[in-house]
Amino acid sequence: MLLAIDFALLLEKLILVVVVVFASLGIAMYTTFAERKVAAILQDRRGPNRAGPFGLLQPLADGMKLFFKEEIIPNFSSKFLFVMGPALAMLTACMTSAVIPWGDKIDFFGRTVDLQIADVNIGILYVFGVVSLGVYGIMIGSWASNNKFSLMGGLRAASQIISYELAMGISLIALLMITGTLSLKEMVVQQQHGYWNVVLQPLGFLIFLVCAFAECNRTPFDLPEAENELIGGYHTEYSSMKLGFYLFSEYINMFVSSVVMATLFFGGYDIPFFDESVLSPNLAAILGIVALMTKVIAFIFLFMWVRWTIPRFRYDQLMHLGWRILIPLALFNMLATGGVILFFNK
Amino acid sequence: MSIIQIIFLLLSVMAVGSALMMITSKNPVNSVLWLIVVFFAISGHYILLNAQFLAIVNIIVYAGAIMVLFLFVVMLMNLNAETEPIKNRRLQLIGVTSGGALMLIIISAVSKIDVEQLVQINAGDSGLIKVLGMNLFKNYVLPFEISSVLFLSAMIGAVVIGKKEEIDIKK
Repeated sequence: MLLAIDFALLLEKLILVVVVVFASLGIAMYTTFAERKVAAILQDRRGPNRAGPFGLLQPLADGMKLFFKEEIIPNFSSKFLFVMGPALAMLTACMTSAVIPWGDKIDFFGRTVDLQIADVNIGILYVFGVVSLGVYGIMIGSWASNNKFSLMGGLRAASQIISYELAMGISLIALLMITGTLSLKEMVVQQQHGYWNVVLQPLGFLIFLVCAFAECNRTPFDLPEAENELIGGYHTEYSSMKLGFYLFSEYINMFVSSVVMATLFFGGYDIPFFDESVLSPNLAAILGIVALMTKVIAFIFLFMWVRWTIPRFRYDQLMHLGWRILIPLALFNMLATGGVILFFNK
Repeated sequence: MSIIQIIFLLLSVMAVGSALMMITSKNPVNSVLWLIVVFFAISGHYILLNAQFLAIVNIIVYAGAIMVLFLFVVMLMNLNAETEPIKNRRLQLIGVTSGGALMLIIISAVSKIDVEQLVQINAGDSGLIKVLGMNLFKNYVLPFEISSVLFLSAMIGAVVIGKKEEIDIKK
């Protein structure tokens, strides 16, 4: 039978996708504003305060500015790849949110709606796969720019992400040994009934956090766009909204990796020291989303705090940290976790 | 045609088409990018066969890591269509003959397979992570360990070769 699809389910998932994508775009938009405000507070300034009350319309003004700028495509570059670079960066940034459980089931006019787009049984591997594809946007764009500084930035991004992906994967293996599942939803449910994974895996969390900073190209790991060495790094040749896409995808990546860390290590939509099952399901789901968002905002603040506190690493320091410190630590963490599980026969 | 057949056809056209593009495109960077598309199409086939683990590992390892390294090397050497050396006719002829011979062998082997027995669309569970883990670590644990030792020795070999050149430069 052709097209035997449950159309109600399709519609439900479609609405969920639209809501999630637009919510992450909106949050990323206001993260840029928050970044400037946090920077201002840490540097004892006022920050943007002209556009709208408290400067709240600043992101809109920035977006408008980027839209109306002249679009420049270099003569000696592959035009298709030049446009595809930022598009890919944006696509991979938005794709991860498909497997994240945003909340528990919600009862919507008699229809139970799962607040998760796809509960695939390989959820965490999917996240890992998309993260590993994230570097293509930067690499393709930097190569298509036909500029030496861009190429340097792209190569730096590639080697950095490959180096830190390894430690990230190994720290995840230790987590998987404890939870025994690859589904993000099941991990959250386990943490609701037991301890948060950060209690069981403190070292694993620390490694994951450092690697997440590196994968998002955030300071102190922002060598791909080190502006005082490489002009603008991989986006030197970009202008207008294509540049906007690159800058914006960084903020979406930051949001998504905060959500992933909250889900994996901090109980996801679990409210600490509180049994959600006494509430009505809808209220519990909404409070769960609020709890998840609170954790995410705390992580995003951490990202900004670090950016405006710690200076950039030198390139050899970056490689030293990745290969000589993080990977052996992650391996040790994995072996120790395996040993403890075997010893207590958990 | 059922929807699975339509998806299968789309994926197959995508895989074969981008494989051809990969071979024929002059620019090595474009070749690498087309090869990535091929891996995605193959992962799609794995999902159709209910082997999600294999599909995602194919993307992580091949599309995500190995192809990034390929792209890295190609970009670092800055290969272009203009600087690519033109191989001589005899080498091209040898390449075509040996490739054609390999294709003949593969076709003759594949044509003998009973397709009905082999392909279980969306039914088999051999690609699921639990079944795969049980198989690898119980039934096939010896070949698995031997192949991992092989990988380790290949890694050490690569490091040794890399070190040797460094010493030569210092001299």
